[in-house]
Amino acid sequence: MIAFIVRRLFATIPVMLVVAVFVFLMLRLTPSDPAAIIAGDNATAEQVADIRSKLGLNEPILTQFFIWISKILRGDLGESFFFKKTVAELISDRIEPTLSLSFFTILLAVIVAVPLGVLAAKRHGSWVDRIVMGFSVLGFSVPVFVIGYSLIYVFASELRWFPTTGYKRLHDGIGPWAYYLVLPTITLSVVYIALIARMTRTSMLEVLSEDYVRTARAKGQIERKVLFRHALRNAAVPIVTVIGLGIALLIGGVVVTESVYSIPGLGRLTVEAVLARDFPVIQAVILMFSFVYVLINLLVDLVYSVLDPRIRY
Amino acid sequence: MSAEPNVIIPVAPLAVAPAARRQQSGLARAFRNPSVIIGGLVILIMIALGAAAPWLGTINPTEPHTSGRNKLPGAETTMRDDDGKPIKVIYRLGSDNLGRDVYSRVLYGARISILVGITVAITSVFAGLVIGLFSGYIRWLDPIVMRLMDGLMAIPAILLAIALVSLFRAGIGAVILAITIPEIPRVVRLVRSVVLSVREEPYVEAAITTGTPMLKLLWRHILPNTIAPMIVQGTFICASAILVEAILSFLGIGIPPETPTWGNVMAAGKDVFYLFPHNIFYPGIMLALTVLAVNMLGDGLRDTLDPKLAKRV
Repeated sequence: MIAFIVRRLFATIPVMLVVAVFVFLMLRLTPSDPAAIIAGDNATAEQVADIRSKLGLNEPILTQFFIWISKILRGDLGESFFFKKTVAELISDRIEPTLSLSFFTILLAVIVAVPLGVLAAKRHGSWVDRIVMGFSVLGFSVPVFVIGYSLIYVFASELRWFPTTGYKRLHDGIGPWAYYLVLPTITLSVVYIALIARMTRTSMLEVLSEDYVRTARAKGQIERKVLFRHALRNAAVPIVTVIGLGIALLIGGVVVTESVYSIPGLGRLTVEAVLARDFPVIQAVILMFSFVYVLINLLVDLVYSVLDPRIRY
Repeated sequence: MSAEPNVIIPVAPLAVAPAARRQQSGLARAFRNPSVIIGGLVILIMIALGAAAPWLGTINPTEPHTSGRNKLPGAETTMRDDDGKPIKVIYRLGSDNLGRDVYSRVLYGARISILVGITVAITSVFAGLVIGLFSGYIRWLDPIVMRLMDGLMAIPAILLAIALVSLFRAGIGAVILAITIPEIPRVVRLVRSVVLSVREEPYVEAAITTGTPMLKLLWRHILPNTIAPMIVQGTFICASAILVEAILSFLGIGIPPETPTWGNVMAAGKDVFYLFPHNIFYPGIMLALTVLAVNMLGDGLRDTLDPKLAKRV
């Protein structure tokens, strides 16, 4: 097991290296001079030259890459052009809202989607199944911001049950913190619920026709235990896989949701950085999100053997 | 009983080209599938609305009117035509913060969404096909290409598109390119998996033995097997491209704001959303309807053209 973890950790190195090379080249491969882009349209030649030397753009490209990557590995993510802070400071300022939102979303999505999928599979072909499948197609099609604004309109603007936008930090109290996150969490979880429910249904349908399910029923096991203990455990591997892969959707959704609800998180930071052409921030955010995505999927691989003892590494 | 065509016919095509025969019947089945019919119909309506926009009682979708800012749906306003004569105009779906007619902008917006969706689908499928065919067939190339694709896939798609958009000058070409690149790895993986399974088939081995040149082999014997999955995949890419374009425009980092796109209409309306929700709802409904239709078309095509894929997803 330990050997496997080490092996898998090493396997993520080439992936992350490709990401790093891409993120590095991003700025260098632009059709125009990156220093000129950063300086803006009204910059003088001296300002551009100053930025060039600050970025180390006069060095050979391979040297630039090694200097850049060794800084990143030491935790030095550079300095933001726009916010006049180090990128590391900016990220630590903005990480709490994003982590909170993602945590609640994953929690809500799994709690809602797995039972829905199980129910749809058990009542295969019935109206329950049709509703769940219809919801799942709808969830993939309605854009996050349309869901967000519809929820704001109904529950914040008309009914006034929840605040329209904004975020309260955790150290201001758990109550307000959770209260402000209710609508964003529901908004963000719709597409994730659609994804997980669909996969749960497919996976359960396959398992429910197995002999051991029939045996469990024949011995008089109650239906709830048949479904959740015998069937769901065997159907779990694809479900966990899709939860991991869905993190990519979640990260995309975070960017939009934070913009709709004016939440000062990493997603909002990404958009602000793109609008300001603040490349060190864009690069750092992409590196970080990709690293998290790769790590979570590594974790998913490890969970397989816990869920299904037949899988041995 | 000399003429028995119903005995002879099934034998002949089977012997010549099994793949082509299966495709024929698949297409015929696809056109009878309800989700293909409904989805296709809605898409055709959207295309017709976009194409016929100038004749559907619209006014110039980009021209601001200071006297007609933020009008509710149904409001009437006076404008001057090209000769300077006052004419009465009704804002059927209201107007935005610059007095532009939301009805006109939404109808013209259909053009951009459909253009982006179809262009991204075609270019990413084409690029993915070329890369995937060669990568799957040439053994030494395969690991290099696949590590590259793994790296690209580790960056969440929307984030990658956002990063790419920040590199180019804002415009529809940049947006199309930025949405296309994240889709390519998924196509490559799919094509490669088809190639790997097909190249072990006896007829491919027979072709290799008889000295068929590589390009001809790929074109005549391997490419036809990828057509059905590519049509299905292309449809899903089209749906997600339409969504991502709207997201980029909504965040203010996509197509320039004066261009009528559904995302831009919503972006213009987000600050006055509480008072004038029509800015978000009408384009939102059109967007959701279009994406839903394309997804339904994709689901239907998958079930009829590519039953193997249907089982996998």
